[in-house]
Amino acid sequence: MKRRDVGTLILHLAMILGALITLAPLLWMVAASFMPVGEANSFPPRLWPSSPTLAHYRYLFARLDLARSFLNSAMIAVLATVLSVLINSMAGYGFAKLPFPGRERLFRGLSAALVIPAQVGMLPLFLMLREMGLINTYAGVLVPYAASVYGIFLVRQYTLGLPDELLDAARVDGAGELRVFRTVALPVIRPILVTLAAFTFLSAWNDFMWPLIILSDSARYTLPVALAGLVGEHVQDTELMMAGSVITTLPALLAFLFFQRTYVRGITAGSVKG
Amino acid sequence: MTRTLRARQERAAWVFLGPALGLIAVFFLLPILAGLLLSLTDFDIYAISDPQSARFVGLRNYQQLLGGSEFWQALRNTLYFVGVGGPLTVAVSLGAALLLSAPRLRLRSLFRTIYFAPVVTTLVAVAIVWRYLYHPHYGLLNYWLGAIGLGPIDWLGDPRWAMPGIILLAVWKGFGYNMLIFVAGLQSIPEERYEAAAVDGASAWQRFRAVTLPGLGPVFLFIAVTTMIGYFQLFAEPYVMTQGGPLGATRSLVLFMYEEGFRWWRLGTAAAIAVLLLLITLVATLIQLRLQAGRR
Repeated sequence: MKRRDVGTLILHLAMILGALITLAPLLWMVAASFMPVGEANSFPPRLWPSSPTLAHYRYLFARLDLARSFLNSAMIAVLATVLSVLINSMAGYGFAKLPFPGRERLFRGLSAALVIPAQVGMLPLFLMLREMGLINTYAGVLVPYAASVYGIFLVRQYTLGLPDELLDAARVDGAGELRVFRTVALPVIRPILVTLAAFTFLSAWNDFMWPLIILSDSARYTLPVALAGLVGEHVQDTELMMAGSVITTLPALLAFLFFQRTYVRGITAGSVKG
Repeated sequence: MTRTLRARQERAAWVFLGPALGLIAVFFLLPILAGLLLSLTDFDIYAISDPQSARFVGLRNYQQLLGGSEFWQALRNTLYFVGVGGPLTVAVSLGAALLLSAPRLRLRSLFRTIYFAPVVTTLVAVAIVWRYLYHPHYGLLNYWLGAIGLGPIDWLGDPRWAMPGIILLAVWKGFGYNMLIFVAGLQSIPEERYEAAAVDGASAWQRFRAVTLPGLGPVFLFIAVTTMIGYFQLFAEPYVMTQGGPLGATRSLVLFMYEEGFRWWRLGTAAAIAVLLLLITLVATLIQLRLQAGRR
């Protein structure tokens, strides 16, 4: 074998080893979720269920009402996505294509806010929403997702590449600014809006700390909050907890596989070009 | 462009920007300013029902935090996580990106998808999974370590190993994100520079030092800063896996803030922790920017 072939072989072996290590926790999670009670806590550890069972999934839905948390999560993630795309697309377009005095300074100021950890404002925000009666409501959970500096940033960068002549042509035809946006700009910037949608959906679905703070009634819990609560009571029930983890994380993984290309574009657009 | 059109666009701009700016001002910037004020009060569980009972106490919350040991322990834990977990994540990301960019690699997009998958998983769910993987008797990790003659390690039960355990999870969960950014950065380095270095007889390592690293400059800075800021916010992993234990070895600043604020309802103290976290993050970011600017 030539030296070059050996190098190629080692490269692929390293990549496969890395892939196995990366997938192992997820594969074990799925396998353990189908194991009969106690089998995940055996020695030596089992990698495959001896007789696969759906009992844990059934228990989660029938007795622990995880379906409700699933619906809560789905509703919050969908609403967050709709709001975020609507509000941030308009703002991002405004920053890119509608000149007004002080625009660049305002945008730079906003971008600087990306450095501030969201947790810093969480306590006062909790107290504010409490005064507004939004504690333990879906609206309270949604508040931080509706407008995001990152979302505005993403849409602005993409929209800058849109030729002004296209917009001016529509203006000459007498279209108002909202119509120019809707009929001319929106179709062209759609790819970045899909990216923004995928981003918002996944972060709203996976988010933990804010829903944990704002939701007090277990009937309103999102999946991550419900799951973290289950650990307390069911920490010994490994197989049950793995089934709960599968239910929580599978929709996020599927959404990613579906939107993979556009999601990946969002990550690189926000960094290399920015 | 005519003056009326300019005026029209200016008016329209505020319609387009209004909702987003209003929401950000009220629900993001205002709370941060309010947090500064809150940290100067003794706002506690009684003030929740009667906000009038909260009193201005000046810097007392800060004095108590800085005078006690809990804050310093949480800061040490957080710096441990940021200082070790951050560089480790960046190193693994860069390594994976280099392998993934190798011209001779087959099935590139499959590998990319697999390596990226942990990024989109739900942190709470995978933290629970890893909690079981770390089980000292039944966990897969110790079993495999035993197979090569290591351990057993009481990962989450031993104060010395709990934070390394959380760091491993964070690296696994996070490296795919930076990997993708590195891959894009690698693609932007002109091929000619590698060829020129090869002509000069540079080894692979020399080419990496002389061409790849300088070529990645701005990307490296972006990744270093965003990873660091993100890691300062460590919360869900210790919340789910260790509850800050054992012996407080994994209580991060944000977990400390959460416990003070939402378990004991000492919101004044918790707000002071949040302000200190903000200051520390800002200072660390400035230091990073300085260091990297000096290097180039």
